[in-house]
Amino acid sequence: MALLEITDLSVAFDTQEGVVNAVNGVTLALDRGRTLGIVGESGSGKSQIAFSVMGLLAKNGRATGSVRFDGREILNARPAVINPIRAQKIAMVFQDPMTSLNPYMRISDQMAEVLVHHKGIGKSEAVAEAVRMLDAVKIPDAAGRIRLYPHEFSGGMRQRVMIAMSLLCRPDLLIADEPTTALDVTVQAQIMTLLGELQRDFGMATVLITHDLGVIAGFCEEVLVLYGGQVMETSPTDPLFESPAHPYTRGLLAAIPRVDQEGEELDAIPGSPPNMTRAPKGCPFAPRCAFAGEDCLDHLAPLSEFSPGRFRACNRSLEEIA
Amino acid sequence: MAASFSRGGRESALLRVLWTAVKILATVALTFLGLLVVTFLIGRVVPVDPVLAVIGDRAPQSVYDRVYVELGLDRPLYEQFWIYLQKVLAGDFGESFLTKRAIVDDIARVFPATLELATVGILIGTCFGIPLGVWAAVRQGRLADQFVRVFGLIGYSAPIFWLGLLALLAFYARLHWVAGPGRIDIAFEYSITPKTGLLLLDSAMQGKWDVFANVFSHIILPAALLGYYSMAYISRMTRSFMLNELAQEYVTTARVKGVPEWRIIWIHALRNAAVPLVTVVALSYANLLEGSVLTETVFAWPGLGQYLTNSLQNSDMNAVLGGTLVIGAIFVGLNLLSDLLYNLLDPRVRRQA
Repeated sequence: MALLEITDLSVAFDTQEGVVNAVNGVTLALDRGRTLGIVGESGSGKSQIAFSVMGLLAKNGRATGSVRFDGREILNARPAVINPIRAQKIAMVFQDPMTSLNPYMRISDQMAEVLVHHKGIGKSEAVAEAVRMLDAVKIPDAAGRIRLYPHEFSGGMRQRVMIAMSLLCRPDLLIADEPTTALDVTVQAQIMTLLGELQRDFGMATVLITHDLGVIAGFCEEVLVLYGGQVMETSPTDPLFESPAHPYTRGLLAAIPRVDQEGEELDAIPGSPPNMTRAPKGCPFAPRCAFAGEDCLDHLAPLSEFSPGRFRACNRSLEEIA
Repeated sequence: MAASFSRGGRESALLRVLWTAVKILATVALTFLGLLVVTFLIGRVVPVDPVLAVIGDRAPQSVYDRVYVELGLDRPLYEQFWIYLQKVLAGDFGESFLTKRAIVDDIARVFPATLELATVGILIGTCFGIPLGVWAAVRQGRLADQFVRVFGLIGYSAPIFWLGLLALLAFYARLHWVAGPGRIDIAFEYSITPKTGLLLLDSAMQGKWDVFANVFSHIILPAALLGYYSMAYISRMTRSFMLNELAQEYVTTARVKGVPEWRIIWIHALRNAAVPLVTVVALSYANLLEGSVLTETVFAWPGLGQYLTNSLQNSDMNAVLGGTLVIGAIFVGLNLLSDLLYNLLDPRVRRQA
């Protein structure tokens, strides 16, 4: 049984411009200890999948479908059900470490709170454990700095604190939502290396949400490509990079800058991301796709396995887009 | 590396605090000077002849001329201001024409009544206003939110003397739940030794609980009214500060941590909202301390507000100006205090201990 099983998840928001269909029937499964990358551009619905799992959708959002964690349905669960799972079983790290820590609470208090609440241990014991975890994320002089406030750390150090905080209860699943997007490039690499080491050491399953295929390449065993709230392609990482099977994935890979292609212009995908207030009909990528026909605006073929472990959702056959 | 980093941070933090202190002190000094100029000029502009106020309107011209010179009114304005400044700085606000006592003594006599009333009032306003504001923010757009807003709006807009009269009519005249106007029943008037001038404190310290109960039943109605008035403001501000905080990402982080909702609201968000709230509460307190003239009149409360009203009606300019100065000083003082608290509460400003 998979650790995380998402079946036909849809998320819609009631807004003043109408209903926004952020996620449209996403299905995925993740086994214990595995790493999955969810890649997609802004507005593709990748963060809303994570928020649905954590029960953190905005008030105007509605999620339908099923999210099973360790066999247990947790979509739209009551606080009494989801709160013990949060941090203990599923932890989450956010994009901007500048705003995701409470500015008026010492790091020690923010971290100890997790252990005191979930494990019922004493404050001083919890702080000692928090120091050990800060050591694990390689914050120098952790014992001396744990009583500082967030503003006394740099961005990269704050993200390390966030990661340490999320791992305090040794969760089975870590969801990292664009964990490096707000950081400098050199710091990004450090954080990704750290996440990789921690993932190996702690053995937790990890979902990495990003718009950066380069980040996925070095970290994830599997990739799920999301566009317009729908899964376009899902595959083990290496085959995906070698032979992308969906026009959108190809476009994404072509848009990655490469050091060996000096001076050449990047291949951007023409057009812009879809307006999500429209009805989820047809292929969301069709208006930007070079291979699209009339049928693509009308319906989209369901995900199908075209080689072991690889799935794609496209009306055109592999030969047609070759 | 880490050590040098933190030492450098400490030194610059110390400098920042010193610089802040210098700026605040300069502001306070300038504000006071401005206040003195205004009160001094008011004293010269109002159509009240200070000489006549001293000698009465039947004294001969020779007496008038002599007092005119004695009061220094023949000197140029800037010289008069200099003398005024020196006197005020020495704590001499002149003498009341009405009571023939030093203004300072008069104010020291009436101020505790106002202080006591305002303190109980602000306690009520804060203790109800903050929870109501938090409740409204958490239930934004729902029935509870509407209720708090309407309840606050009434407190904001209803004339306080009218509410006061209604309250007296209902709770004193009809229901006999509370005592009537004044601070204390005459029967208890001299049964405690005044130490602080705050009757609740004095009676409690001397263990005279029957007096305490009497004083309490006198103060509760006007204090509740003032409390309602400041509650309206405090709850509105709390609501908007909390809405702002609850939308911050650290709140999402706290939710992800599985922390119960009450902790997120009361510990995480309110802790952050508390910093601007300090200023709101301090300013409300200053408002109440300024002598709630109408409330003190309706409830025959022998405080600063009533003293000022009496002095004003009797053209006792020294008393009015002295009182104005005291009120100004309170206002500046509380502003200063809230600034300092602000710096103390915000770890990004505060020096590392």
